[in-house]
Amino acid sequence: MQIKPILSALRRHKAGTFLIAAQIALTLAIVCNALFIIQQRVAHLSEPSGIDEANIFVIKSEWVGAPAPDQADAQMREDLQVLRQLPGVQNVTPSNSYPLRGDGWDDAIRLKPDQVQDSSGATIYFADENFLDTLDLKLIAGRNFRAEEIGHMDLRYKLAPPVVIITKALAEKLFPGETAVGKTIYLIGGPATVIGEVELLQAQSVEHWASEFAYRSVIIPERLNVSLGAFYIVRARPGQLETAMPAAVKALFAHNPRRVINEDDGVLSFSDVRSRAYESDRGMAILMGVICAVLLAVTAAGIVGLTSFWVGQRRKQIGVRRALGATRRDILNYFMTENLLISVGGVLFGAVLAIAINLWMVTRFEMHHLSMVYLMAGVAMLLLLGQGAVLAPALRASRVPPVEATRSV
Amino acid sequence: MFAYYLQLGLRSLRKNPLLTLLMVLAIGCGVAASMTTYSVFRATSNNPIPQKSSQLYVPQIDNWGPEAQQDNKGEPPNAITYTDAINLMRDKRATRQTALFPAAMSIVPADPSMLPFRETSYAWYADAFPMFDIPFLYGHGWTADEDASHAAVAVIGKALNDKLFDGANSVGKNINLNGRDYRIVGVSAKWNPEPVFYDVINTNGFDDPIEVFIPFTRAVEVQTTTNGNNNCSKDPGKGWDAWIKSECVWLGFWAELPTTAQADAYRQYLNGYAAEQQRSGRFHWAPNTRLRNVTEWLDYQKVVPQEAKVSLLVSLGFLLICLVNTVGLLLAKFMKRASEIGVRRALGATRKEIYLQFLIEAAAIGLAGGVVGLVLTGLGVMGISLVFEPDIAKLATLDASLVLLTMLLAILATVLAAFYPTWRAAQVQPAWQLKSN
Repeated sequence: MQIKPILSALRRHKAGTFLIAAQIALTLAIVCNALFIIQQRVAHLSEPSGIDEANIFVIKSEWVGAPAPDQADAQMREDLQVLRQLPGVQNVTPSNSYPLRGDGWDDAIRLKPDQVQDSSGATIYFADENFLDTLDLKLIAGRNFRAEEIGHMDLRYKLAPPVVIITKALAEKLFPGETAVGKTIYLIGGPATVIGEVELLQAQSVEHWASEFAYRSVIIPERLNVSLGAFYIVRARPGQLETAMPAAVKALFAHNPRRVINEDDGVLSFSDVRSRAYESDRGMAILMGVICAVLLAVTAAGIVGLTSFWVGQRRKQIGVRRALGATRRDILNYFMTENLLISVGGVLFGAVLAIAINLWMVTRFEMHHLSMVYLMAGVAMLLLLGQGAVLAPALRASRVPPVEATRSV
Repeated sequence: MFAYYLQLGLRSLRKNPLLTLLMVLAIGCGVAASMTTYSVFRATSNNPIPQKSSQLYVPQIDNWGPEAQQDNKGEPPNAITYTDAINLMRDKRATRQTALFPAAMSIVPADPSMLPFRETSYAWYADAFPMFDIPFLYGHGWTADEDASHAAVAVIGKALNDKLFDGANSVGKNINLNGRDYRIVGVSAKWNPEPVFYDVINTNGFDDPIEVFIPFTRAVEVQTTTNGNNNCSKDPGKGWDAWIKSECVWLGFWAELPTTAQADAYRQYLNGYAAEQQRSGRFHWAPNTRLRNVTEWLDYQKVVPQEAKVSLLVSLGFLLICLVNTVGLLLAKFMKRASEIGVRRALGATRKEIYLQFLIEAAAIGLAGGVVGLVLTGLGVMGISLVFEPDIAKLATLDASLVLLTMLLAILATVLAAFYPTWRAAQVQPAWQLKSN
């Protein structure tokens, strides 16, 4: 292909060439970073919680009049009994929080009582003997709590249960290569013996600050009695979630009306919990997706517009070339190659810009380094976009008849 | 002349409807994306109390020491302990001051047919009402004496007053909170600063307005649980008393310091206070305190969500590309009319007139782009709840200033984009164009 004449023609259209190249460069820089943000967010919101999400719902029941801890515990046990008797309910457990809730109790885990630096952070889930079954957690070592091991405590009591169950992720962090069962860990209130290990249980928060202990959780054999109220995690029988949710609320109010179950978020199915927890991730992915799509369309339209103008300007030259023996294919190739040259210049500059923007975002925001795969994908996408956009005007150019050479206007 | 140029411009725009449409849509999309994300950014970076943002300060005192603060780059905890709050209140070194926490309260309506419910409730001191410029519909805040006597009084918000008392003056009536009666001394008018600067720690900056206020001293006396965060570096021990005497941080604190001299004096006081705690053996480290005003505090707490910043930046980048696109298309459009320009110049039009003509044409495109942008911004603001969480999404609104800004941005950006193509158009040599014809 004749590169030289193309280059010399471009030299006469410096501004247009520069504008197309700049547009391609900027588009590449933004599209790469936007796609990368989408991938990061989607990866984040696809992380598993480890529980039987399809059948679980959560009731937030708040007490009226700040009952004393013993009274709150008695009311809680009655509520659990009421819920368990419902036909649609398979199992129920009380807790202070649940995965993806975004609020709860996090604690520092130590291996020795006098240790200064924590060994790990972890989410604390208060539970009873039904916790594992209700959430459908897989016990991979040791045993579940026995009913007689379940105690109850209020918020201002020491967190020092005799036994705990921990997640595999926490076990691997604390005791790499060994079994955690039988070992002692130190919570803020004192030592506890690990009696079991579960496969997977996500932390209560999926925010960036909690990412370090994302799957490190400790299950405590205590009902936490807060004067505020409690969460009842309910596992409905398969397919009965929709009916079990209102039935559960009705039964609770029928049993004891002195409670508050908020209309907005008092009863949430786990899919609601999930969509609330990842609202901003999903939102960012959607926004970036829309911007990418419109951006690519605008850039393609810009290339079509400017190339059409060039074709219009050069009708006479095209006519001369055709008259001198150039085939339609030659003309088509000319414009395609011209666009390729400009695009390559644009993507080279754009790649540098994309990396620079990413590096800056890494320092300013909670962002990871741009993966080269995305850069390559972006480059390929823009080169194809350029070629696709230029096709229509180039075909039009190739249809300019040789007789155009003889016309004066 | 202006009207004539506008007419010329519109005629030329009609000549290439596709190209015109392309430019208008590109500008519209770019402006709409920028304005939609800007509306969120504007709401989240809003100054919630402009008249006082440089007079209200949050003190922080490091009561955990450097070991516990390693993850926090040496910054003191975000909240303070009960001990420090009470000491700061006792010393009264600011014009006004208050400790505060979100109190967990259930409201039991006198009407037995109504179910109990919860509202956002705060426990704080009498000073807070004048300090935060809270307007009153009926009555007023309680007094410092009532703080001192742990009085069972309350101020309620307008929405709650409407709900319980049908909007009538309820001052002097009782309200049952957590099973105890409180005498209503005031009903606040709508007070809804956004972001909720007074308690960023527990709300991340966005929450429903407060409907119940009770005296801090009373709330602590009846052992009201905080609805907010409680952070402990060590085991606080058993029971309420051990907890409030512990080094657990759970309280917010605000001091009103009208002049910078007073703020400096307060800084010295805080350091002196920490030094005193060091001498008494409570702290084993040098004084480490901070004093930040509203603006600095919101900034430090990163109240503007990351998503709002990133999406605004990406949208501005998008607008930039749309403008580069417009420069290219305008260049094509204007240069196509080189012969027309040649004729006009030959007939005596000056360069200045060419400039004017083409800039007006560009402004017309910008105006059309602005209208498209306005429609798309409206749609964007409506759909913003798909992107941001409801507490934040509801703050993004298309108000008069945003409409004006959208139009202005569209026109300004297009005219700016038109400068280079117009300059090129004005450079056309009349002789050359005439010759080739």
